[in-house]
Amino acid sequence: MSTDSSSLWNKIKSWPLLLPVVALILVMALNILHDVAVGANPLSFFTITLNQTTSGGTILYGRIIDILNRGSEVAILALGMTLVVSSSAGTDISVGSVMSLSASFCCMLLAGFGVTSTNELRVPLIVGVLAAFAMGTLCGCFNGTLVAYFGIQPMVATLILFSAARAIGLLVCNNMIVYIRNATFGAFGAFTGPLPTPIIIAAICIAIVAVVLRKTSLGMYIQSVGINSKASRIAGLNSKRIIFLTYVICGFFAGVAGLVNSSRITSADSNNIGLYYEMDAILAVALGGNSLGGGKFNLAGSIIGAYTIQAITTTLYALGVSTDQAPVYKAIIVVIIVAIQAPPVRAFFRKRANAKAFGKEAAKA
Amino acid sequence: MEDNVVLTARGISMTFPGVKALENVDFTLRKGEIHALMGENGAGKSTLIKCLTGINDFEAGEIHIEGVDEPVKNHSTRDAQNVGISTVYQEVNLCPNLSVAENLFIGREPLTKLKTVDRKSYNVKSQKIMDDLGISVDVTQNLENYSLAIQQMVAIARAVDMECKVLILDEPTSSLDDEEVEKLFKLMRMLKEKGVGIIFVTHFLEQVYAVCDRITVLRNGALVGEYPIADLPRVKLVAAMMGKDLDDLAAIKGETKDLSHEPLEISAKGLAHIGTVKPFDLEIHKGEVIGIGGLLGSGRSELARSIYGADRANTGSLKVKDKDVQIHQPIDAMNLGMGMLPDDRKAEGIIEDLTVRENIILALQAKTGMFKKLSRQKQNEIADRYIDLLSIKTPSPDTLVKQLSGGNQQKVILARWLATSPDFLILDEPTRGIDIGTKTEIQKLIVELAGQGKSIMFISSEIMEMVRTCNRMVIMRDREKVGEIGGDITEQKIMHAIAGGEGE
Ligand SMILES: Nc1ncnc2c1ncn2[C@@H]1O[C@H](COP(=O)(O)OP(=O)(O)OP(=O)(O)O)[C@@H](O)[C@H]1O
Ligand SMILES: [Mg+2]
Repeated sequence: MSTDSSSLWNKIKSWPLLLPVVALILVMALNILHDVAVGANPLSFFTITLNQTTSGGTILYGRIIDILNRGSEVAILALGMTLVVSSSAGTDISVGSVMSLSASFCCMLLAGFGVTSTNELRVPLIVGVLAAFAMGTLCGCFNGTLVAYFGIQPMVATLILFSAARAIGLLVCNNMIVYIRNATFGAFGAFTGPLPTPIIIAAICIAIVAVVLRKTSLGMYIQSVGINSKASRIAGLNSKRIIFLTYVICGFFAGVAGLVNSSRITSADSNNIGLYYEMDAILAVALGGNSLGGGKFNLAGSIIGAYTIQAITTTLYALGVSTDQAPVYKAIIVVIIVAIQAPPVRAFFRKRANAKAFGKEAAKA
Repeated sequence: MEDNVVLTARGISMTFPGVKALENVDFTLRKGEIHALMGENGAGKSTLIKCLTGINDFEAGEIHIEGVDEPVKNHSTRDAQNVGISTVYQEVNLCPNLSVAENLFIGREPLTKLKTVDRKSYNVKSQKIMDDLGISVDVTQNLENYSLAIQQMVAIARAVDMECKVLILDEPTSSLDDEEVEKLFKLMRMLKEKGVGIIFVTHFLEQVYAVCDRITVLRNGALVGEYPIADLPRVKLVAAMMGKDLDDLAAIKGETKDLSHEPLEISAKGLAHIGTVKPFDLEIHKGEVIGIGGLLGSGRSELARSIYGADRANTGSLKVKDKDVQIHQPIDAMNLGMGMLPDDRKAEGIIEDLTVRENIILALQAKTGMFKKLSRQKQNEIADRYIDLLSIKTPSPDTLVKQLSGGNQQKVILARWLATSPDFLILDEPTRGIDIGTKTEIQKLIVELAGQGKSIMFISSEIMEMVRTCNRMVIMRDREKVGEIGGDITEQKIMHAIAGGEGE
């Protein structure tokens, strides 16, 4: 019997999603504690209600819905970031800026160059949407070329667009915030039926990546290249092309995230769209239990990581932490979570567990 | 503890998930003795060594070292060094992007008066160490610029240069040629004179009988016994290791057939890769096993690599099955029906963190293409087939390949290439680190593949292995093809040609 329970325990210990799930549960527990402390319904965190909107529709409402909704962009970014980290042992720090550039480019096309505010779309909506995706993809190609074919360090290579893309976005928008006051454009950041549309978009993106990884051998290729690119080349993989591809995918998703983010505020605010999102995306990957040293990846972990970050943010606001101070608390929580999975800390706990087991056996003898 | 004993291990047990790697193993090392640790792939040799040096946390047993009263429990390699154990591990674990000198002195750099690293003095010292060993290298060059054999010598030089009571060598000779092996033996005998106890792991039986005083045999993680060398002649040693008899010296090649009328599989004209191999012409027929002989650094691997596109040829032309072809990178060669098992298992072979199954199917999957993913069932079928065929010792196909013993990792990569069923297969040191039982099996397999009409290029630092399997030999010297030997191949002929006599 004891072996049974210990093998279950071992299984749990080696479960790859352990860390992100524990982190998420911790955040939830914090919420419940807070609710109890202030005398609110302890389960209010999980409560989801149907509310009437002023325009007569019904929408889902609740803290979980809010987290899923606001976490969409980071979740979408985390998809691409996971692959980039895996293949190249580096991060794409340009995704936030690329989001902004994609949004600016899209809005500029929809409004026309130099127009700050419009109700009418100058070109069909689909053109703007595809333009956002294309701009993201193009940026991905640029990053991918530098990293894969020129062998530049990922951090340095993506630093270029990190600083340039936002500025180019401003140029494209003629240094203004472009407002698109048109419901069709705002749809990506609004509701579809009772559900926030960003949740649906994120779900579609996740599903696409999951299917591609399942149906093709891309996942194995990426990990193989990330673990040992020389050996992968000898075994017939085009290591450079695979690394390039991951950056293109990452760029594409930055474009998608940019569109969603700009649709939420129905404008292209170059200076603010996607600001610091690269940090959250990278963090999501790390929280998901992925090594930033590349190689094996765990997509589900990154996705849970992304929503955990959003949950932390939302919780802090719910606890009444001000917007300026939130990053401090966020940093503390992140340090703790990341430290738990650091190899020396893990080794320490393993050694202690071993020593205990040893002690028990010795006592028996 | 007996007087002349430097190290004893008693009742060592160690378990990995799914594998009992060591069970109640005893080991005793005396002063001034060279002690062979023998066993098949996965018998637990490296595991025992890692228990001694503090890499593995064994669960039961005690280790005693001369001069220390308490049982020693090392927690890191540094601890082990402090009690006088110096080790060369099976996989070279130096830093490829540091210079040779830096690799020799890392962690114990000589300091100047200002407590900064004294670069000049350690470059000079390093050069002297390597010169004394008779290895010609420029110690300021990065280690990665040198062949695996040189890297192995650097690892040995580093270990030997430290003051130690116990020197552990885990398959140090796996990529060395006879000449380097001799240098190493000289060194070992010298240390033995000084009273150092040496543990020596190898799969080359001749080497055991050349230098060792005593043999300890492990089988499946258990101790078989400890024997003075005189009590355990070759046949008995093999039987002790395998638990059954084996005639590993029986002929495996049938009659030497004349294959020159068979269609050409490969024909290279003036092929070269600047800096590694000079222009060469080479024709390989269907069904031929062609060996490449030459000293270390003579360009054996480089010749093969330039055909396969691992190093893209700069000049010359290549025909495959009588068609002109351009090979830009390995996948092009693979699509033409080639395969290449590289000599450096760690750097260019295994994908550590992937499973045994994934490692086996990788090349086949790369060849079939990203969008035609092999079904899980197909993958398992292939993996199971080769695990069985090459008797790969693994708890399951889903075990990470890095958890296998060195020899079993080698078998996994061999399986990877067999799975692609190439028409022309380049095997660069395919039996490195593989035990004698399986070695014979692999040689048989090569001859069998040739019988099915496949062409094989076989590179080995063990000349006898090539003598037993090859129809024809190419001789390399100074990065240049200098001749061929056909017909009746003998060791003498090859040695003569390599040493600088006329090839033919
Ligand atoms: N890190 C590890 N995790 C899990 N299993 C391991 C690990 N290292 C070794 N093993 C297992 O322990 C057993 C003994 O391996 P070991 O490396 O000691 O063999 P060996 O005698 O050195 O073989 P070889 O001649 O192939 O080098 C093998 O079955 C191997 O699969
Ligand atoms: Mg070993």
